[in-house]
Amino acid sequence: MDTPALLVEGLAKTYRPGDRPAVEGLTFTLPMGQTWGLLGGNGAGKSTTIAMLLGLLVPSAGRVVALGHDMATDRFAALARMNFSSPYIALPHRLTVEENLRVYAHLYGVPEMERRIADLIEAFDLGGFAKRPAGQLSAGQKTRVALAKALINRPALLLLDEPTASLDPDTGDWVRGALERYRAETGAAMLLASHNMGEVERLCDHVLMLKGGRVVDAGSPMALLAKYGRRDLEEVFLDIARGRAREAA
Amino acid sequence: MSAQSARRIWGLMYRHLALYRRSWPRVLELMYWPVLQMLVWGFVTAYLAGVQQNAATIAAGVLLGGVLLWEVTLRSQMGFAISFLEEVWSRNLGHLFVSPLRPWELVAGLAAMSVLRTAAGVGPAMALAFLLYGFGVWTIGPVLVGFLAALMAMGWAVALAVTALILRHGAGAEALAWGVMFGLAPFAAVFYPVAVLPGWLQPVALAIPAAHVFEGMRAALIHGVLAWDHLAWAVLLDGVWMAASAWIFLVQFHEARVRGALLNMGE
Repeated sequence: MDTPALLVEGLAKTYRPGDRPAVEGLTFTLPMGQTWGLLGGNGAGKSTTIAMLLGLLVPSAGRVVALGHDMATDRFAALARMNFSSPYIALPHRLTVEENLRVYAHLYGVPEMERRIADLIEAFDLGGFAKRPAGQLSAGQKTRVALAKALINRPALLLLDEPTASLDPDTGDWVRGALERYRAETGAAMLLASHNMGEVERLCDHVLMLKGGRVVDAGSPMALLAKYGRRDLEEVFLDIARGRAREAA
Repeated sequence: MSAQSARRIWGLMYRHLALYRRSWPRVLELMYWPVLQMLVWGFVTAYLAGVQQNAATIAAGVLLGGVLLWEVTLRSQMGFAISFLEEVWSRNLGHLFVSPLRPWELVAGLAAMSVLRTAAGVGPAMALAFLLYGFGVWTIGPVLVGFLAALMAMGWAVALAVTALILRHGAGAEALAWGVMFGLAPFAAVFYPVAVLPGWLQPVALAIPAAHVFEGMRAALIHGVLAWDHLAWAVLLDGVWMAASAWIFLVQFHEARVRGALLNMGE
């Protein structure tokens, strides 16, 4: 059997003793080549989950095995084949786009670095501002640069935290197309946290619905629509977020 | 060290060097304070010693040597800690720590940047001391190389502890990166022997690596003695300081991962 991209067992996080758990009892297996979505309202535990999957946050319980490597004991082997993009974590804003990509190419040990950077500049249409400091770019340009950085090492597992937040519909659509192409070309797995239900329907094979740090439902977008009898995931999301899940289902 | 580790360390250095490549004010800032210190202290010692231009006395040499070598410690500590703060200010820690960069590689990259920043800052001041006041720091002798290394290492040890405090308290602790070394200066016997300090304070001074370096510097400049014993003490104490700082850093790094601080740390 193929090694899954992610194996998550009983993952939990409580920030302070006595607090309500931010994430509790999260268990799932993300196969290679699939894109899964993490859906939930603000405070549902999406960002906490992603931080634990990346090794940035130590879980209170449970374990994460990424690309066959236990993140508690062997995370650097996994991190070399993973990457991450979030509009909420900046790249050094005084470095140019090219310099930023070069820094991360070195950190990830990318072979044929200059060619890879040139390919990404072309693929993400960064040529017009490759020599401009990252801090001077528009939100859409920054998002494209962040995605180029996230693909610099041709990751087998890509974690994305709201990758199209604050983008106009045209740029958002372009980014979703780029992610679809990357997955088709490489067979990479992706885990996507998003509030954009259209994006989740388009990109995801499977969705985990989070509420209060727990998975309250899961399935393919089509299966969830059928189960809740709704026309789109936004209505399913609202059913779950407002506690109408049982009656709707 | 593996080639991959060396490349990651170079990646971190490139991130900082790229800033200096395009910004002459940043390069100028590196030299500004060391050169200014040298000018002020140089003219003070010239006035006190009643000398002009190249006629430096032993006392003037001891003072100027103290200024220059203390600047090495100061710039080494600041070069390390401020390079780390650059990552905090640009909210880049999240990206760094989801890359395969190991914590020790981060420390090695920051230490390498501190060497370059110290050389760029103190080098011109040393040249100025020779040109204006006829004082060549190399007159201390070959032990100077060991003294410089010991002072750099003390700077890194202090900076590593400061970095740990920044991990614990966020950018709110950044004032320590600028000021902590000034607090050690009175006890490090930079400009006067340890014997001048009150008896109860002398053991404190002798626990500071720099105090041994400055005692050794005075032995070399005043008595022409190569003070290898002082160098040995400085190196030994540096080892203790580095081990303690590394432990504090690793504990605080783990705590930051428990609290989730690496994602949110910023200005």
